[in-house]
Amino acid sequence: MPEKSDLPQGTLDLLILKTAALGPVHGYAIAQRLQQVSRDVVQVPQGSLYPALHRLENRGFLSAEWKQTESGREAKFYRLTRKGQAQLESEAANWRRLAEAVGLILQMSEGGAE
Amino acid sequence: MTWWHRLRHGREMEEQLEKELRFHIEEHTADLMARGIAPEEARRQARVALGGPEQVKEGCRDARGTRRLQDLSQDFRYAIRMLRQKPGFTAVTLCTLALGIGATTVMFTVIDGVLLKPLPYPDPARLLAVHGRSATWNVAAFGEQNVAYLDYLDLKRECRSLAMAGWLYTGGTISEPGNAAYVEWREVTPELFSVLGVTLLAGRTFLPEEDRLGAAPVAILGYAFWQQRFAGGLAAIGRSVVLDGTRRTVVGIARAEFRLDGEEPDIYTPAGQDPAKYLQNRRAHPVGVLARLAPGATLGQAETELAAVGRRLAERYRDTNAGRGFEAQPLRPDVKQVQATLWLLLGAVSLVLLIACANVASLLLARAVSRQRELAMRAALGASRGRLVRQCLTESVVLSLGGGALGVALAAAGIRPFVVFWPGNLPRAEQVRLDWQVLAFAVGVSVVTGLLFGLAPAMRVPARNLEQVLRAGVRTVAGASRRLHAAFVICEIAIAMVLLVSAALIGRTLLRLSSLDPGVNIRNVLVARTALAPATLKNPARIRTAWDEILDGARRVPGVDAVAAVDTVPMRQGNNQITYWINAALPPENELPIALSTCVTPSYLRVVELPLRAGRFIDERDRLETEPVIVIDEVLAKDAFGGLDAVGRQLWMPDMGSRPLRVVGVVGHVRHWGLAADDQAKVRAQFYYPFAQVPDGWLRRWSELMSIAVRASVPPLSLVEPLRRAVRGANNDQVLYQVRTLEELARSSLARQRFLLLLFGVFAALALLLASIGVYGVLAYLTGRRVPEIGVRMALGASGADVVRLVLRQSAGMILAGVALGLCAALAAGRILQGLVEGMQGGTADTFAAMVGVLAAAALLASFVPAHRASRVDPVRALREE
Repeated sequence: MPEKSDLPQGTLDLLILKTAALGPVHGYAIAQRLQQVSRDVVQVPQGSLYPALHRLENRGFLSAEWKQTESGREAKFYRLTRKGQAQLESEAANWRRLAEAVGLILQMSEGGAE
Repeated sequence: MTWWHRLRHGREMEEQLEKELRFHIEEHTADLMARGIAPEEARRQARVALGGPEQVKEGCRDARGTRRLQDLSQDFRYAIRMLRQKPGFTAVTLCTLALGIGATTVMFTVIDGVLLKPLPYPDPARLLAVHGRSATWNVAAFGEQNVAYLDYLDLKRECRSLAMAGWLYTGGTISEPGNAAYVEWREVTPELFSVLGVTLLAGRTFLPEEDRLGAAPVAILGYAFWQQRFAGGLAAIGRSVVLDGTRRTVVGIARAEFRLDGEEPDIYTPAGQDPAKYLQNRRAHPVGVLARLAPGATLGQAETELAAVGRRLAERYRDTNAGRGFEAQPLRPDVKQVQATLWLLLGAVSLVLLIACANVASLLLARAVSRQRELAMRAALGASRGRLVRQCLTESVVLSLGGGALGVALAAAGIRPFVVFWPGNLPRAEQVRLDWQVLAFAVGVSVVTGLLFGLAPAMRVPARNLEQVLRAGVRTVAGASRRLHAAFVICEIAIAMVLLVSAALIGRTLLRLSSLDPGVNIRNVLVARTALAPATLKNPARIRTAWDEILDGARRVPGVDAVAAVDTVPMRQGNNQITYWINAALPPENELPIALSTCVTPSYLRVVELPLRAGRFIDERDRLETEPVIVIDEVLAKDAFGGLDAVGRQLWMPDMGSRPLRVVGVVGHVRHWGLAADDQAKVRAQFYYPFAQVPDGWLRRWSELMSIAVRASVPPLSLVEPLRRAVRGANNDQVLYQVRTLEELARSSLARQRFLLLLFGVFAALALLLASIGVYGVLAYLTGRRVPEIGVRMALGASGADVVRLVLRQSAGMILAGVALGLCAALAAGRILQGLVEGMQGGTADTFAAMVGVLAAAALLASFVPAHRASRVDPVRALREE
């Protein structure tokens, strides 16, 4: 099993929003999907998943609804709101800029070592 | 979803949260089982992956953002539970706070209505008062100068930045409908109501074409007058009233709340219909001018414009308007006379509230100290310090809000009696009412007091050394709070001292003032303003005859010893200030000394028993055609002539005609300004002149101002009805009004001091009571904490008396410190009182000593009970408790 790294601060919210953008989804499914998509590289602390969901709901980025799952059980489904969509876009853009900048810095230092 | 919704649906949210997490664990378990893990193990792994369910839930609750609010409601419920556990403590605290907050709220309500609320007209900030201004006018002595009617008309026409209106103060006799009676009458310009921005209750205001000589006589009625004469019937419009002999058609009725210059007149008429000569004279300045800034105009523009018009008028009318200008000031209610009293009372009431706070604080502190272990325990179990402090403060704020609610109820009940008991007329009393501003004030005061008295106990929440507190138990902690307790007691005693000394000072002042000689014999004298029959007023000869007949008729009433006519009555019932000089070379007008003039008939000397010091009083020989004479009082004799050899000398008074006036006698000084105020009054010199020598041209105006004064050999009030009948005149339209006895006037000249004494007395008694309770409470608590120590002392041979001495010594220290602090503050308070209350004198040593005695005795008495209880401690039991 590869060593898992912790999520950088604030990234969990972004990942949740992205996951919810694909369609209404419940908490456990979010945890599953995050783990699958990140190919077990990222440690998603399940304990902090739910507070994050509630926080995002409270801020109006997600809306929640109790619905039946495919297996016929009742679960709380989260859906991205219009406000959440905007937030996701700006956060994602931020993230890309930051990642690009960090990448540049890293290349630069590699170049310097040559 | 709002936070309110979340809070209200708290339980539902909890259930959903529980369900959501359960779903997660079950799904995870099912997945793990699908991978072939045994059910028990799968469930365990799923739980471990999620983490502690309670922590997750806490995290979610925090994320919902209702955390603080939930804590608050929890603290609130907890506080109520704690308070209900100790009903005695709660009742005492609530009553103390209710008294303090209630009294403060009453005072604030009055201050808000009288001093703080803007004038009750729309957009009051744009209303101005316009005054005349000239170098020779003595503003300090006579107040702001009004404007000549013709000047007003010019100003109104030429000022673009102002919409102006004017009003004239006058009085008259209504003879129809109903009985003849004197009415407060204001002649107003047609714009008055529109400039002020008020509408009438019914009917219309005056039309511009009604504002000229010879126009159809019309009138607008005041609300109270309309109620009284027309029983509030709208049919009054179109009916007529007879005012000073002129039949006028009623065209409108003013609203109940409408006030002009703080008064509610009975009747209004158009100023332009008045043919009086003084309205056409630019030397006479009778018009009060109000103005509203035109849209977009500023006060600065208005002032510039007024000054420009003033200069133009000064050039155009050199002999009357030279050196005369005009000024505008924001229109403000005239509340100067009560301002000081109101702030003084608010100050006193706040002191009572402070004592109440200190009292409650020390009670709460005592409880906080006994709860120290509980708090330490909770801190040890993980409660943060901020959380505990918040909880302590919530408790005290709950207490204070409860006290505040009771206080507002008290204030609601107390506000009317307070206004009714106010000495004389409380200006703007109609504005005094409980409204949301007052409620906001009460809530604010409650919260602030709650924080104030909750802070000390809350600060005792343990921060460090938890285990030390827990191990040490309660006893060692008590010593640390002793200083704080002592501070509370010292403050309470100091404040009580201030109020006691203030009350004593006012009491002494009142005693001294009541024993002063008013200068006349005030017993059995009745005075009443007299309005002649309107028909009489047109002819000077008939006015003189009418007065002779009135005095004659009144003299014949059984029980009347003597009757005189007089324009101003002692004890501040009107005053005419006249400038004088001792030779014909007069200095500028505003440098002339001023004396109070009184116009009398010869028998006035007998009626009020004025002491004659030299020469003679005015008598029947002084006629219109003989040399004009005056009789001066001792003060004027001293001011003008430096002694009693004034008889035969002359005085020059520009307002009394160009001829010098011969002094024929000197009489004693009369306390015209009232018993309290006369010593400090700016104008004290007095003189009397004969009514018979008033020139024909002035007679009408003078007649409107005259009263009759009657010396009676029977109780004077029993003469009112016979006198009314005797002076009624042939047409039944001569009336007496404002009937008063001199004794009543003398008493009411001290009404303010008496009122202050009453209130300060109540406040001081309250403060004494609260301070005593405070001393008792603190000592009982401190001694209670010292029981084991006292037990040891007694076991070692201390007697009961020794223990009493021990406790009393402790309280005596606090009392002494409080008294010392209080004395300093009381000296300062005495200074303030001297500045604000007429006739007030500084305290003497015996006043202070007496109050120190009272306070120390009460405080020692309060501390004796716990001391006595301590002396009966059973040493064996006390030591066993150890």
